[in-house]
Amino acid sequence: MNQDMVIVVSNLTKSYGEILAVDHINFEVKKSEIFGFLGPNGAGKTTTIRMLTGISKPTDGKASVLGFDVDTKIVEAKRHIGVVPETSNLYDELSAIDNLLFMAQLYGVQRTQRRKRAEELLKTFGLYERKDSPFRTFSRGMKRALTIAAALIHNPEILFLDEPTVGLDVVAARSLRNLIGNLHQQGITVFLTTHYLEEADLLCDRIAILVKGQIVRIDTPKAMKAVAEEESVIEVSFNGKVSELIEDLSNRLTEVKIVAVDNNKARIYGGISNKIYDCVFSLAKDKNVEIQLINSIKPSLEDAFLKITGLSPIVMAIEKGAK
Amino acid sequence: MWRDNLRGIYYIALKDMRTYYLKPPAISWGIVFPIAWILAFYLRNPRSFEELVPGLIAMTILFSTTAAEAVVINFELRLGSLERLLLAPISLPAVLLGKVLGGAIFGLMMTTVVTIGSVLILGLHPNLPYLVLIIIPSLLVFSSLGALISVLVKEVFEAQTLLNLPRFLMIFLSGVVYPVSAMPMVLQYLAYVMPLTYTAKGLRDSFSVSSSITVFTDTLVLTGFFLLFIFPAIELLHKKFQ
Repeated sequence: MNQDMVIVVSNLTKSYGEILAVDHINFEVKKSEIFGFLGPNGAGKTTTIRMLTGISKPTDGKASVLGFDVDTKIVEAKRHIGVVPETSNLYDELSAIDNLLFMAQLYGVQRTQRRKRAEELLKTFGLYERKDSPFRTFSRGMKRALTIAAALIHNPEILFLDEPTVGLDVVAARSLRNLIGNLHQQGITVFLTTHYLEEADLLCDRIAILVKGQIVRIDTPKAMKAVAEEESVIEVSFNGKVSELIEDLSNRLTEVKIVAVDNNKARIYGGISNKIYDCVFSLAKDKNVEIQLINSIKPSLEDAFLKITGLSPIVMAIEKGAK
Repeated sequence: MWRDNLRGIYYIALKDMRTYYLKPPAISWGIVFPIAWILAFYLRNPRSFEELVPGLIAMTILFSTTAAEAVVINFELRLGSLERLLLAPISLPAVLLGKVLGGAIFGLMMTTVVTIGSVLILGLHPNLPYLVLIIIPSLLVFSSLGALISVLVKEVFEAQTLLNLPRFLMIFLSGVVYPVSAMPMVLQYLAYVMPLTYTAKGLRDSFSVSSSITVFTDTLVLTGFFLLFIFPAIELLHKKFQ
């Protein structure tokens, strides 16, 4: 095994009857990097994590975590990995510290170190004041933070995070992203699944894009955005409903892709900028609507994601609102 | 690896005792319910109370082990906490055995209270080694029966409902209250495929002066029932995660 690679996946496949959830994927994760697994709902992100952490067995292919085969040596691998599942599944009846102590017992943390380590984590995650409160009394953000703390109780080398910020408010999500950034600085390898593109852009060193169980691209966020930069993106907002204007605009600009961003705003991908500007102005005049803003924008990771996956932006919008 | 598994079994059992078993609902099902049943039978047909003690202990074993076992596993499966346990460096059979052990330890506590209470109040002199030989495998049998039923179904209420069927059949057909030999032949055959029959018979032998060698046979049969329940439970739990 290449010493720098802590996760090596080769032709990993999982099928449920005739449904192919993960389809012969290949990737490697380097030591101490944040590796993002990006994809729409049902792409196979969680299934991949479940196979890498020993919850379910692969139908085909191989994977190793820290050199341990996930099919035959998963218990050894589990000693060195921490997992934060999509749902915060600690024990409601137990207090924050008791949950951490129980995890420390399960992971074989030395008796003399358990309480010290648990209290240290509670302080790091800003939960020390609530250490004796039952888990069920915690807010969603606090539950998430404690679930991550529980996954770190045995000082793992790799942390698997499955959709860590789903359902959190903006402040809690930001705080959690800072925590993930701090873990990265401590040298922990982070395997992160998310469908929040901004999150992946902000945190990840490299990203794999997964669609319908297949990896369509692995690259750095910067390199991915460069893909989208190859074509122009123009954003235009009107004082009327944009949905009524898109069809007309599409008939006039057949070579571009037009997407409604919200009620009043649309994005036009591709084409020649000057021609697009002329066309938009002429449409506004014909329809007697006012253009509030028109400008070229820098492509985001979302633009790159849409281009790489070929997903419909409408599907993407549904995805973003789905959770 | 076996050390990881043993540690896991121990701490899971300990945690379950704290979070589920040593709570009023489990205690009332485990101890109050069998006493109420025995009293009901006694009031309907008054006879020597000593004769009912083995039945009382058998019912305490049955109800205390199954009271929460079926609910606990199903509940944790739904909440995802069981998956949390599987993320630790322990095997799936160890996780399930930890759950079964939790139920069995709680059952042992309830059974000990009922046994010691009955012995002291009624001045009985049971054969202690025989009692242990019957009670320990019985606790594991009924705890694993609860585990099996909990992984067979999807909902908590389904587990409770499904568990009531063998539980009540066994109360009436296993010689807990009425001797098996006094039942029609068809029901006698049925009684001998029920584990509680061997628990009740073994307990009666433990309390009788002329204790016979059949206690060992009962222990063996009960061990067989434990294996019969635990292996399918492990297999079904494996399937749930595939």
